[in-house]
Amino acid sequence: MSMKIGTDPFHERVETGINNSFMRGAVAGAQERLRTRRLEAAKELGNWEEWRALGEEIRQHTLEHLDYYLMQLSENVAKRGGHVFFAQTAEEANQYIRDVVIKKNAKKIVKSKSMVTEEIHLNPVLEAAGCEVIETDLGEYILQIDDHDPPSHIVAPALHKNKEQIRDVFRKKLAYNKTEKPEELALHARKMLRNEYLTADIGITGCNFAIAESGSITLVTNEGNADLVTALPKTQITVMGMERIVPTFEEMEVLVSLLTRSAVGQKLTSYITVLTGPRDEGDVDGPEEFHLVIVDNGRSDILGTEFQSVLQCIRCAACVNVCPVYRHIGGHSYGSIYSGPIGAVLSPLLGGYDDYKELPYASTLCAACTEACPVKIPLHELLLKHRQVIVEQEGKAPISEKLAMKAFGLGAASSLLYKFGSKVAPSALQPFTADQRITKGVGPLKAWTEIREFPAPNKERFRDWFREHKKGGEQ
Amino acid sequence: MANGAIHNRDTFLQTIAKRLGREPITSTVLRPDWKHQPQWTVFQGYSQDDLLEVLKSQCSRIHTDFVATTADALAATLKQTVAQYGGGPVVTWNDPRFAEYRLMPLLQSEWPNEQIDVHIWDASAGRKNIEWAEKANVGITFSDITLAESGTVVLFSNSGKGRTVSFLPQTYIAIIPKSTIVPRMTQAAAYIHKQIENGEQVASCINFITGPSNSADIEMNLVVGVHGPVKATYIVVTDR
Ligand code: SF4
Repeated sequence: MSMKIGTDPFHERVETGINNSFMRGAVAGAQERLRTRRLEAAKELGNWEEWRALGEEIRQHTLEHLDYYLMQLSENVAKRGGHVFFAQTAEEANQYIRDVVIKKNAKKIVKSKSMVTEEIHLNPVLEAAGCEVIETDLGEYILQIDDHDPPSHIVAPALHKNKEQIRDVFRKKLAYNKTEKPEELALHARKMLRNEYLTADIGITGCNFAIAESGSITLVTNEGNADLVTALPKTQITVMGMERIVPTFEEMEVLVSLLTRSAVGQKLTSYITVLTGPRDEGDVDGPEEFHLVIVDNGRSDILGTEFQSVLQCIRCAACVNVCPVYRHIGGHSYGSIYSGPIGAVLSPLLGGYDDYKELPYASTLCAACTEACPVKIPLHELLLKHRQVIVEQEGKAPISEKLAMKAFGLGAASSLLYKFGSKVAPSALQPFTADQRITKGVGPLKAWTEIREFPAPNKERFRDWFREHKKGGEQ
Repeated sequence: MANGAIHNRDTFLQTIAKRLGREPITSTVLRPDWKHQPQWTVFQGYSQDDLLEVLKSQCSRIHTDFVATTADALAATLKQTVAQYGGGPVVTWNDPRFAEYRLMPLLQSEWPNEQIDVHIWDASAGRKNIEWAEKANVGITFSDITLAESGTVVLFSNSGKGRTVSFLPQTYIAIIPKSTIVPRMTQAAAYIHKQIENGEQVASCINFITGPSNSADIEMNLVVGVHGPVKATYIVVTDR
């Protein structure tokens, strides 16, 4: 599956992650900051639980009526002169985009951050068609010039790199001769990229939320790169996962408010851009031609199943930022562009159990992810469901005790990880607890307990654990 | 404009309906009345003065300078702000509000006489406008709707209101009539939704801009000014 990153087996990836001490420090620091900012932003609103309930209701309603809203969206895009392509598979999407690129005789393409184009593996297709492809999100730009280093976080893709490493890459690849100061590095990237925007033939974007009632797409950034990508080139192609849609502007507004608070703790990010069709007659900037590519690529197989709620996801990474396992093993260990709890749920669904069956085991079921999710996806329950399905299919858990131990860090580290539990986990596990240990489980817990006898999560809440853990320094 | 093409829709939507265990929907789906609507309670009952205070305090959190002035003093305030940013070239929208607020003498004679280049967006000049915006030191627009909570200016594009004026120049100034301030994005979204319900066409680009461009992609350090402007000022006209 093309969303895959790296070829090492699961336990080797995890080992590499754990042994990279800069990465672990950076991940811990970033998680901490983003988590705190999210909690503050939620506190400021006061009634965060009501907001989450609204977010959940909107996402559920939209998914239940997805065909209706996609119909409405496509009609409205076409009315404004835009073209819509429905792609069942990654290959179909890539083929269509390639055809547009060839028809436009395009040589240079600028892109703003888009998970779905990573998922369908679009860039190599464009390059094979003879195009230079330039990622413009600063984090993605850094990864791209460093020989396509894979992203390690949904929102902050270059999280695993320190500024000295970035400086060295800039020196090697961009004839950079200044220091590792972030301001100087960013200024250099700005200069390099300005010219690319102005000379690009095509701009390619993802889509945070499409709006059915008007045929619009919404892009959320802090850098403003999506504005340049869509304002300057003559052709714009937007690629969206088919579930990234809302009925009207009013629901877009609510979800954007949830997204920016949950992702970065901001009330709104610096640039939220709502684009409808190509530019209007008489307009000078904006594309002459607009294509919207709506991608299924395995999503419809999730609809109508017990995993449907994962499609509510708005890719905010709040679950990633509270996950003790992600903190311990880092983003690359997941072997997928989707990391953390959302990655552990989504990657096996989109990429298949063959490649990702270990991921549902990369969790302590502490439920911190579920508690953090702004659209109330029951992530830890979905992880348990995965384990259940895997055991049903294979007759046993795919990961041995040794590997599980490796995955979660050896000895003391693992028991530390298992010591906390949030309010959901202890009650869910209650029937199977004897002497504070989970022994043999039935149903979903069978797979889990077959790995080894884990200490049962105690009643200590995640936040307490987090505080304790911090005091104790790195495990 | 001619309608665009739609490819492969039927089977795609049929697959979705089948997975959801029903026929494709052919009748109109009404949005439910959402059970919770907390978005409407934010700053409920705030006066325009209260909202102005909210906006002002938010500006300090988004790295944006806040200046309050009156319609009479606006030209002088604008001139001073541009001088602080190091002068021209200046690029502005072609927007009737510049005349309404008596800014044309500044744009058309005062600044040019001081060797400050001013380019007013001119659709007939085509892509030349983008070159101006790219070379400009300061971009100036009015705000169409202003969101107090987040400190956001909402800009609707049209042939006179180029998109790039707000993000290609080195610095950006938004002129905010106090009457455009609303509590939060909720009110702006409701306004646009009403327009659509009334059969009006939405602007091809609606920009919600909150302070200067920034990034935290390098070791989570905040860098202000990445692709768009490096500095921003909001000038609020308190008596309009
Ligand atoms: S699962 Fe929830 S918390 Fe995680 S990225 Fe998606 S929306 Fe955010």
